Amino acid sequence: MGYAFDFSPVWEGMPSLLKGCLGTFALAISGMILATVIGIGGVILRHSHFPPVRWLVMTFVELIRNTPFLVQCYFIFFALPLLGEQLGVAIFNLGLMDKPGNLLKLGPTATAIIALGVNGGAYAIEIIRGGVQSINKGQVEAGLALGLHRTQVFRLIVLKPALRAIYPSLTSQFTLLTLTTSVASAIAAYELTSVAEIINGNSFRTFEVYFTVTIMYLIISSLMAVGFNALSRRYFSYPVK
Amino acid sequence: MSGQELLFLLSGLKWTLALSAVGFVTGAVFGLLIALLRTSPNAITAKIAEYYIAVFQGTPLLMQLFVVYFGLPLLGLKLDAWIAVAIGFTLHASAYLGEIWRGAIQAVPRGQTEAANALALSYWPRMKDIILPQALRISLPATVGFLVQLIKGTSLAALVGFIELSLAGKFIANQTFRPLIVYSVVGLLYFIICWPLSLYGTRLERKFAATSR
Repeated sequence: MGYAFDFSPVWEGMPSLLKGCLGTFALAISGMILATVIGIGGVILRHSHFPPVRWLVMTFVELIRNTPFLVQCYFIFFALPLLGEQLGVAIFNLGLMDKPGNLLKLGPTATAIIALGVNGGAYAIEIIRGGVQSINKGQVEAGLALGLHRTQVFRLIVLKPALRAIYPSLTSQFTLLTLTTSVASAIAAYELTSVAEIINGNSFRTFEVYFTVTIMYLIISSLMAVGFNALSRRYFSYPVK
Repeated sequence: MSGQELLFLLSGLKWTLALSAVGFVTGAVFGLLIALLRTSPNAITAKIAEYYIAVFQGTPLLMQLFVVYFGLPLLGLKLDAWIAVAIGFTLHASAYLGEIWRGAIQAVPRGQTEAANALALSYWPRMKDIILPQALRISLPATVGFLVQLIKGTSLAALVGFIELSLAGKFIANQTFRPLIVYSVVGLLYFIICWPLSLYGTRLERKFAATSR
């Protein structure tokens, strides 16, 4: 014992920490959008009539879900540029570009967004697939028999109940994705944890910095939970009347 | 990649497995305690367990590791790096397993508790012989799912400088300038461990879904 806590470097760094929060939000929101797109696209491809496409989607889901996010980040950040270099030379040799470029050399932030989107997307595919399966075919037929328009059937009978069914798991996956953005500090993407590492490097108040940042993450995820709950009450509660 | 480098990766893999095993087993012990506190009739202990779970589920694993890893020495504890990291994973696992098992305990039909009460069983025999065996069965798919999550999570120990599979891979990649092959091998090693577990978890889930119908 006998350690004197000193939070002053943390207070002095608070403006940059708050800016780091914005970086975290930007990463998280871009990641969520990409994950949703991959999720919906993946489910459509997953139901393809051409078996190799289905196998490809299933392989993608299993590969991503059974390897760590950190290794995925390292792979995209360190390994893909090497592939991109060779690809660039190949394209140059075909005469399609005026000088050999590297299409797969990505900055830290772009890497982080793609890694978050791909990782979240693999989970989203599984979640959305469950939601689509939860809709009974008879429901659609009943809707059409009652004289509803096809778009009404899709909106009211397929989409809304499917979203209602997957909403809890999808939003908790999104919260997890937001917390996972902290791992992007490993490749120095701009977000809360990497800002904390800079403050720590300047002040050596390691515990104080990370303790404060942990609380900031707790606030972020609590706010997200409140927001998601409010949305669900607004859009997914059953009409009482 | 030479044989020696592959051997270095495998020694990293050994630490990944050791961390996962220690984190899971000790996490299970504390997780059971958390689950029992969370479902106990005592409102105060239930509330404490609820907050404990909320804090660990609402913060990044990386931050939990940082706070534990750099916080323990401030308490005057001089620990080996791997023990400090293992404590971090234990706390993390106990919160997640506690929440999974809380759900499982509450999913056991109420009639079971009432019947046990009618037979004049007290808390411990009721839990040990009636509720927990049934809850364990219910929780098995989610528990296996969390184990996969934990094995992947041990990669974050690399970021506090603990040499397990991911950090070993980073060293080798930097040394050989061949990140493509090295990170592919590292990913494959994780996959070989996690995939069978994931398949097992899905199979259990299907089996239980079929029997409960």
